[in-house]
Amino acid sequence: MSRTDTVVREETADALASASEVMTYRDALRLALREELQRDEHVFIMGEEVGVFDGAYKVTAGLLEEFGPERVRDTPISEEGFVGAGVGAAMLGERPVVEIMTINFLLVAMDQVVNHAAKIGAMFGGEVRCPLVIRTPNGAGNQLTAQHSQSFEVWFAGTPGLKVLAPASPADAKGLLKSAIRDDDPVLLVENLAIYKERGAVPLDPEFLTPIGLANVARTGSDITLVAHSYATVRALHVAEALARDHGVDAEVVDLRSLRPLDVDTVVASVAKTNRAVCIEEGWPTYGVTAELAARIQKACFDELDAPVERVGMAEVPLPYAKELETAALPGADRIEAAVLATLGLRA
Amino acid sequence: MAISNAKLRELYEQMLLIRVFETAAEREYKAARIGGYCHLSSGQEAATVGATYALDAEDLLVTGYRCHGFALARGVPPEAVMAELFGRSGGCAHGRGGSMHLLDVAVGYYGGWGIVAGQLPIATGLALGLVRQKRQQCVLCELGDGAVNMGAWHESLNLAAVWRLPVVFLVMNNEYGMGTSVERASAVTDLHRRAAAFGLPAERVDGDDLLAVIEAASTLLSGARNDRQAAVLELVTYRYRGHSVADPGLAYRTSEEIAEHVKHDPLNRVRALLSETGVGDDELDAIALEVDQSVATAIAASLASPPPPVSELARGMYAPGSAAQFARMLAGAPFGERELVFAGGLGE
Ligand SMILES: Cc1ncc(C[n+]2csc(CCOP(=O)(O)OP(=O)(O)O)c2C)c(N)n1
Ligand SMILES: [Mg+2]
Repeated sequence: MSRTDTVVREETADALASASEVMTYRDALRLALREELQRDEHVFIMGEEVGVFDGAYKVTAGLLEEFGPERVRDTPISEEGFVGAGVGAAMLGERPVVEIMTINFLLVAMDQVVNHAAKIGAMFGGEVRCPLVIRTPNGAGNQLTAQHSQSFEVWFAGTPGLKVLAPASPADAKGLLKSAIRDDDPVLLVENLAIYKERGAVPLDPEFLTPIGLANVARTGSDITLVAHSYATVRALHVAEALARDHGVDAEVVDLRSLRPLDVDTVVASVAKTNRAVCIEEGWPTYGVTAELAARIQKACFDELDAPVERVGMAEVPLPYAKELETAALPGADRIEAAVLATLGLRA
Repeated sequence: MAISNAKLRELYEQMLLIRVFETAAEREYKAARIGGYCHLSSGQEAATVGATYALDAEDLLVTGYRCHGFALARGVPPEAVMAELFGRSGGCAHGRGGSMHLLDVAVGYYGGWGIVAGQLPIATGLALGLVRQKRQQCVLCELGDGAVNMGAWHESLNLAAVWRLPVVFLVMNNEYGMGTSVERASAVTDLHRRAAAFGLPAERVDGDDLLAVIEAASTLLSGARNDRQAAVLELVTYRYRGHSVADPGLAYRTSEEIAEHVKHDPLNRVRALLSETGVGDDELDAIALEVDQSVATAIAASLASPPPPVSELARGMYAPGSAAQFARMLAGAPFGERELVFAGGLGE
């Protein structure tokens, strides 16, 4: 861990200790939006149902009333159109925060994100920037079926020119969204349907920012490292507690928070200490975030590893509707725990 | 439109079946026997039944996610629809699709689709397939008023026009896309007028008037079937319930507005027609009893149908013969992957 990381972590701890309030992830996101709307007149929100309907998942509830329709703009169902409009407005120095109802619908705007927003900085030689934020939830678990249960943030994280963030706690939801809005590049902030209602302490300081590109050791441990992001971090933390209770295993959990830039240093430092790693993601692992992690870990920690890096993710099928099938397909606690025990040689 | 009394009685029964089915689906959803998203079509029965009735037996149907009514009207057995909602093996998609993804190829129903406007290019392609196979049939493609603002709408209409494809785009204008009224979403609110941009014939009719719907749909569908003339049919109707069962449906409209529409209930209008032809209350009661029984039977059959086995998680994902192609992908597979996906022989 570098010295600056330590300083940043201590500052985060300080901020949490000073003035904080326990709130949901959803409320933390709203707090970030409200503070940034107040701070900078160039910040504005657009998306389907963000205004009159208070947001499909109520993240923007009350903001239309507080800031008016110029700052909180309901859009027709035209993702390619309004994401692209966000790109254009951002090129003029506006700071659009575009909400996509769920990540599944971002695909119809993928061309604007990958072929346009991501290219602006490099393709025009740094002459113009694109300070766009796209917020959208990923995730599965409510039988929403194949077209509505996906987590393909990795497709965007594999695209140079984009930054991709995925907070797993209410504090990071606030801190990362604010950092994203203040960042001068296109940022995709991936939220998660299941975490919206999770609660945690959130610093009230309007200058509290979570740095982009810095992972968080969400639980310290010595036996094995679990690496995750978004809802998989929540799963990993629960499993870590169960492992300590039921198996005497002390797991460290590294919450990536940021997929691009990826904080390889923090992951490697942890694995160098524990000598074992299980990487977990909500999406399909083949060519996934965990595939990238496994490659980075084996290269950086080849001599330290006591077992092959293991991966757990969603079973590689379009997610079926039936509850029994959905449950089996998701990277639930049982599958994560089994992978950890197998990696520790405690179970076949 | 000349239609026999017996036929009218039959269509009334279908409309009532949809109403009763949707009411039961809402109840079962609230009892947690149905999950995911559940979009009801109560209030839209005349449009649904009238347009579907105008199809020939060999014609094809494609819809969005608000599809229970269309499936029933097209003749998918109520127990196959209900079992799909329950996520059981006996469902029309074997419990894989749920409420939004009904389908029954045997009756030419090529699916309920969940991405707004995603079904339009597909319907266009089905029509292209019909032409290539020299089949003198047509495709009816249902979409919502919200879908006309997607790029796929414009691209599909243009393709259908330049290639002279036998497809009728049926816009179910129920005045809202989630909480956004047509006025707030569309520059031209007379949605059928957009067809003029592609030189396509179009009609806008009262979607709650069964006979008017049948007449307009029959004309446009026979134009498609016989002259390969694509067209747009806008049916003005209203959804009584929220966008989905999870939406109370009152944040963006008043209960007075809903009550006003209920006054002109499409079922009452057909009931009045039936009375004129001498159908008495006894007979109407008998129809109601029959419908109640068939929904009760559908629920009982669904409860008796087993959930799909986890060993068949990957059923249908790839065509038969694919398992051998994937056999060499097993090495280094992520944890659990072998058991969950490959062990099921990829669903073969
Ligand atoms: C591309 C895309 N964007 C957003 C959504 C989320 N969504 C589902 S239904 C819907 C409203 C559609 O309204 P409309 O087309 O009028 O159909 P209705 O629900 O009224 O039948 C929205 C925004 C989606 N499924 N797909
Ligand atoms: Mg609508």
